[in-house]
Amino acid sequence: MVHWSAEEKQLIASVWSKVNVEECGAEALARLLIVYPWTQRFFSSFGNLSSPTAIIGNPKVRAHGKKVLTSFGEAVKNLDNIKVTYAKLSELHCEKLHVDPENFRLLGDILIIVLASHFARDFTPACQFAWQKLVGVVAHALARKYH
Amino acid sequence: MVLSANDKSNVKGVFSKISSHAEEYGAETLERMFTTYPQTKTYFPHFDLHHGSAQVKAHGKKVATALMEAANHIDDIAGALSKLSDLHAQKLRVDPVNFKLLGQCFLVVMAIHHPSALTPEVHASLDKFLCAVGNVLTSKYR
Repeated sequence: MVHWSAEEKQLIASVWSKVNVEECGAEALARLLIVYPWTQRFFSSFGNLSSPTAIIGNPKVRAHGKKVLTSFGEAVKNLDNIKVTYAKLSELHCEKLHVDPENFRLLGDILIIVLASHFARDFTPACQFAWQKLVGVVAHALARKYH
Repeated sequence: MVLSANDKSNVKGVFSKISSHAEEYGAETLERMFTTYPQTKTYFPHFDLHHGSAQVKAHGKKVATALMEAANHIDDIAGALSKLSDLHAQKLRVDPVNFKLLGQCFLVVMAIHHPSALTPEVHASLDKFLCAVGNVLTSKYR
């Protein structure tokens, strides 16, 4: 089980309480698809992903980004139980979606940059540590049921 | 992975924008790297790594200067960083995984101080550039 200090929990909760899940989610997913274009391989049904502008404006990207980050919120709410929280999602990503877990790490790194751009100096080094730890734990939990 | 003309232009644009803050951003990048990824501190047992450390400031300046050098010679990063590449291969031998960690922290610093400049396209170009720099610095490892 992952150990979270009181300070880490506080830093995570405090940032999350100010996150616009729809906006941040959409931006994070769009950036993933733009910065690491090979990740588009999972989204052939999303329509026009032909340029950064198309990706950013794509309503399916926005909707899916919101969905992904909303799900991330479950981790924030259940810091002491992330493995169990994501057990079913892990199976889904392996058995149905066939997503290489490396992609969870990529998205996590992108999310950190999106948070940094929104919170600026409030995204202190301690904050970055707590959040980088969280995205790592989430990525690990999502990969845990792979077989 | 090749830097397109757009990538080069994006990277040069960013570095000309931040040139007066390069040292400050270099130090902040290192501080964030040491805090976010404590294992990176293992390469600096001889450093004072507390916030505000003069050694970290000085080293941040070195790192930032090297990145600027690479950006200014973006058509020949390998040539521009050849000596640094030798140094990392022969003496420093920093595990290749750590260049990605430094790169991530540099992007975070850019996002914090210049969020509007770090558009998705620029973000992509910078990420590619930082990968290219890491590749050059580890190119002579074996």
